[in-house]
Amino acid sequence: MKDKIKKASRHVSQNEGLIFEKSSPGKRAFELPPLDVPAAEPAKSLGSHHRREGVEGFPEVSEIEVLRHFTRLSTWNHAIDLGMYPLGSCTMKYNPRVNEFVARLEGIATEHPYQPQELSQGCLKILRLLEKCLLEITGMDALTLQPAAGAQGELTGLLLIRAYLQKQGNPRKKVLIPDSAHGTNPATAVIAGYEVENIKSGAQGQVDVEGLRMLVNDDVAALMITNPSTLGIYEQRLPEIAEILHARGALLYMDGANMNALAGITRPGDLGVDVMHLNLHKTFSTPHGGGGPGAGPVAMKKILEPFRPVPILVEKEGGRLALEPIRPDSIGRVKAFSSNFGVLVRALAYILAYGPGVRQATEDAVLNANYIRKHLEGVYDLPYSLPSMHEVVFSDAIQKRNGVNTMDIAKRLIDYGFHPYTTAFPLIVPGALMIEPTESESREECDLFIDAMRSIAEEAATQPEIVKTAPHTTRVRRLDEVGAARKPVLRWNPAAPRSTAAD
Amino acid sequence: MRYLPKSPVERQDMLAAIGKKSIDELFSSIPEKYRLREALKIPGPYSETEVIQYFKERAAENAAGYTSFLGAGVYNHLRSVVTDTIIQRGEFLTSYTPYQAEISQGTLQAIFEFQTLMCQLTGQDVANASMYDGSTATTEAVLMAERLTGRRRVLVARSVHPEYRDVLKTYAKNSGLHIEEIPFTKSGTVDVKALQSALKDDVAAVVAQSPNFFGVIETYAPLAETAHAAGAMFVVAIAEGVSLGLLRPPAEADIVAMEAQSFGLPPSYGGPFAGVIAARERYVRQMPGRLAGQTTDSEGHRGFVLTLATREQHIRREKATSNICTNQALCALAATVHLTLLGKEGLREMAEQNLSKAQFALSELAKIPGVRRTFDSPFFNEFTVELPRSVKIVNSHLLREKIVGPLALGTPYPELTKHALVCVTETTPRPEIERFAGALKRALEQPV
Repeated sequence: MKDKIKKASRHVSQNEGLIFEKSSPGKRAFELPPLDVPAAEPAKSLGSHHRREGVEGFPEVSEIEVLRHFTRLSTWNHAIDLGMYPLGSCTMKYNPRVNEFVARLEGIATEHPYQPQELSQGCLKILRLLEKCLLEITGMDALTLQPAAGAQGELTGLLLIRAYLQKQGNPRKKVLIPDSAHGTNPATAVIAGYEVENIKSGAQGQVDVEGLRMLVNDDVAALMITNPSTLGIYEQRLPEIAEILHARGALLYMDGANMNALAGITRPGDLGVDVMHLNLHKTFSTPHGGGGPGAGPVAMKKILEPFRPVPILVEKEGGRLALEPIRPDSIGRVKAFSSNFGVLVRALAYILAYGPGVRQATEDAVLNANYIRKHLEGVYDLPYSLPSMHEVVFSDAIQKRNGVNTMDIAKRLIDYGFHPYTTAFPLIVPGALMIEPTESESREECDLFIDAMRSIAEEAATQPEIVKTAPHTTRVRRLDEVGAARKPVLRWNPAAPRSTAAD
Repeated sequence: MRYLPKSPVERQDMLAAIGKKSIDELFSSIPEKYRLREALKIPGPYSETEVIQYFKERAAENAAGYTSFLGAGVYNHLRSVVTDTIIQRGEFLTSYTPYQAEISQGTLQAIFEFQTLMCQLTGQDVANASMYDGSTATTEAVLMAERLTGRRRVLVARSVHPEYRDVLKTYAKNSGLHIEEIPFTKSGTVDVKALQSALKDDVAAVVAQSPNFFGVIETYAPLAETAHAAGAMFVVAIAEGVSLGLLRPPAEADIVAMEAQSFGLPPSYGGPFAGVIAARERYVRQMPGRLAGQTTDSEGHRGFVLTLATREQHIRREKATSNICTNQALCALAATVHLTLLGKEGLREMAEQNLSKAQFALSELAKIPGVRRTFDSPFFNEFTVELPRSVKIVNSHLLREKIVGPLALGTPYPELTKHALVCVTETTPRPEIERFAGALKRALEQPV
């Protein structure tokens, strides 16, 4: 409709269209310096059958339009920089800006992975120091920095286990995974060629050690365990679990997603863990960036070292560092060009800023989680009452009586200026509210969050509709996810009619 | 510690509120004997100034000040400062995966735009929100073809990036996939005859790269026809995305796996980059990774959500199409901003400059006695040359003149000892190309 108002007055609610809808032939936002060699004739040098006349549909816009477009889009996001982001299991902590600065330095961001190693000693020293720091924090013997994210770290870890068992004669068949585990664990085990056997959590949400003893046999390659568990509960009997596995020749894999509860306090290597991954975008503060990039280094005991992915970082005579491409027993390469190097740079910058003080961050994270737990206990149902570490998991059992579920509460939290907690996970808690404040929240911010949660609980009791129809303050209201999946529209199409609201 | 927002008094007050006397009590579930009693032996704490100092010192030990002729999957291209300005906005940088759509519309719409750009570039119908990089995208494309065909043999051209093939082999080893390699011809292209004789009705996918690892442009039609005749899927890997500004997209492919590093991402010693998977619409339910889709809210406004999540690990667990969770979202955003800045004309012009510079470099090198082009096929911004002596020795001479020489091909391709892969982009000034040619000539004239 032509007479409809195109822009609303508030920045956040402006109806910013798709960039393709702003396009007009002849506009441009970037100019190249003039060509300083004779211009090639594409048709002649490529052959006409290889040639294309520009990319059909590509946007043609000016620089101010690009800058404004993406700036406007950014205002529709919540972010750590704006406020608390209490997503359980995600460890949304402050992303220090100096880390961004150093990752962009000339001589860091500019380096090519194939340049001679004598011209890469700076990069290799960064990798070496990060390895040493992570080994000290985990108490393990050897490390690979290659995996690009946690899930790829999991795969690398399971491939190490498989290669080790294979070398002993039998890779075995199964990987045991608790029902409270992240979805990546079972998905990864399948790619590593294993069958998944889900094991039920015990009454207190921990691994049922006696049950496990019965399950572990010669077909079991490994148990994948998250410690603290996704309930935020420390697995006290981990060393005993390791012994049960080791007695039958199986290994213990630890998902390090929750390492923010342990760094500087205890070391998985001392607890009998054989191999684990770390999520540098969680514990070590590299930015989530709307879903990545991350990095998932894998730390391991000596028995797994020969199987590490190539290339391997080695120290030569005189302290010179080198990447060695060939190891006879290696599982191979899991990613091209060695690693998500820029992410590793940021993680090291974080560690150096803290030094041994990493312990203080862990303490504050656990303090915040327990402070929130204390103030919300009774207001929300606490299905498992064992001590919480870095996160606390409530359920919506109390609010359910008024027809309000965890997703409703989560959406209402948005109106109070917070990002929702993790909803409906772990699967063993029906209607879970999984809250992880991290160490980055001040007492004041924790108090605001507690107030908001208490206020929502009261609304759920007295005026549930306002919760069930939340959020009320965002640019868009609840979105039709069912419709999106039924008739997927996954790209802009010039032929498709524009939605009325964007006009 | 400057990142921690608590005073000692606040910590004490909070402990008191919980009813604990000391921080140690919060860790009482960890048995005493496993608790660290000594401080971690790691350097620090460093002030911000010291952190910067440490990394500046490391940067100085790298290759700053050298002119490089390396490509091979990682390319130097012009980048606008606008891209970095956008991706450093906290609202993008410090936000999570956009599961809560109402407060993630910025990220979601940007992903939708990324998916659209990737479809336009590759000539495909649908593209996902990103994979780790070109190597894992290629691997996931093959795994996708395996699910779609139910077949287990995979034929991969040897002219596909050696590290992409390595990663594929690592993943395939335990998935019951059999990877076989197809040789290249004297022209540096996939040997179609060899492909035909290796193809049977048990082949899930035929994988080719273009421009291939030697920089040579493949002709898609005969490869696609051959693959399709046997019921196999045709997978195309693209390591140099800028080529798509000038080259016909792989419209014949069933699945395209691309590395997006060339779109605004610095080399950064090998990562982080962004992988792309694009495919025909009918295959979307077997795609790995996240997808953003358009929908409406309860008031009819256009909005975006992550969709078709029943393919993914957090819903489907062991039955998921992939284990990928975290992807390379911020890198994909950088690519989106970069390509939007370049636009239709900018990308075409950048591609043309690459072609012109590479042609010029070849003509300069061809003047040097003993230097011979390896393959006579069309190329984009990389080409291979045979040198009259060891590439390694030549490169050590070049280093003395502050030039990082071309990649020696002898290790990945033993039959190409003495051959080198030269890359020239729009960022290589003409005088540097001429200086390289002069230095190469001198290096070849040096006594052994």
